[in-house]
Amino acid sequence: MAGHVSPTKVYYTIFGSLMVLTAVTVTVAFINLGGLNFPVALGIAILKATLVILFFMHVKYSSRLTKLICGTAFFFLLVLFGLTLSDYLSRGWFTAPGGTTGAGTRVTIGPATPAPPAEP
Amino acid sequence: MSNGLAAHADPHGHAHHPALQHHFQTLDQQHEAATLGMWVFLVTEVMFFGGLLMAYLLYRVWYPEAWSEGSLELDIRLGGFNTVVLIASSLTMALGVRAAQTGAQRTTVRWLLLTMALGLTFLVVKFFEYKEKWDLNHIPGPNFVFEGPQEMSDHLQIFFSLYFGLTGLHALHMVIGVSILSVITWMAHRRRFTPEWYTPVEISGLYWHFVDIVWIFLFPLLYLVDRAHQLG
Repeated sequence: MAGHVSPTKVYYTIFGSLMVLTAVTVTVAFINLGGLNFPVALGIAILKATLVILFFMHVKYSSRLTKLICGTAFFFLLVLFGLTLSDYLSRGWFTAPGGTTGAGTRVTIGPATPAPPAEP
Repeated sequence: MSNGLAAHADPHGHAHHPALQHHFQTLDQQHEAATLGMWVFLVTEVMFFGGLLMAYLLYRVWYPEAWSEGSLELDIRLGGFNTVVLIASSLTMALGVRAAQTGAQRTTVRWLLLTMALGLTFLVVKFFEYKEKWDLNHIPGPNFVFEGPQEMSDHLQIFFSLYFGLTGLHALHMVIGVSILSVITWMAHRRRFTPEWYTPVEISGLYWHFVDIVWIFLFPLLYLVDRAHQLG
């Protein structure tokens, strides 16, 4: 019948690895790595998700079609993040001669004109 | 199926497994189609959460100080505890599916009940986390209270909006997951599953693991990110 039956040992090993990775990510969160904190936390999360997908969700033993469908989720997620960020992050990089420097820069929340500092 | 277990005669005059739908040729094919369909649904779910994560990412780039401040306001012990609970529930779910695959029906019910108990534990902890935010007036809106500059307060409200949006949507998925599992557990208790046909257990498992994966990302993104930067 369909479906690969993994030995229980596999599941316990994956669970153990996920616990270790959780401990690592919490520990690293208390160490100031500057700009590296975010990529490290994200990298560990991606590794954990991969373990769950491959072993708990049986993608490792699934058909190629299932693997492909699973892959499209992450492909389109990258398209969403990549294209959106390439727009927002590149705003204000270049200004055409005679153009307005302010055009397309970040959206500010609150009053349009910054209020003068209230504190003495 | 050549296997004669619970086979019966159908109107077409040949014997097959009672769970086999007439538009499939074999149970294997039916199982493959059901799994694939669940995966397609999960892809749409990834994009569903993806939109909120995109908003999270962009505002984080714009207001890193607020993100750092906001993650300090969240209780890392409760968040960490819930992470362990949810990963453990994924383990029990995987073992439940395995028990169904091997035909161990009572064991299946036991693992599924444990999975539901862990899921409910997660939701109870989440309730107390939300209640704490309510008591501290950390709900975005006119009553939001933050001791600090107005600009930081504004940006923190965006952080908390995304916190409640993401975790709230995740909690809704947990509630749906527990509801699905209660039906599956009942079916398992009624001995509806055999090693030849356990597809509902398998695909509810896929859903449950997906919800676990969402939390695997939410925990570092909301509770841990930039925390160290506040500690100096």
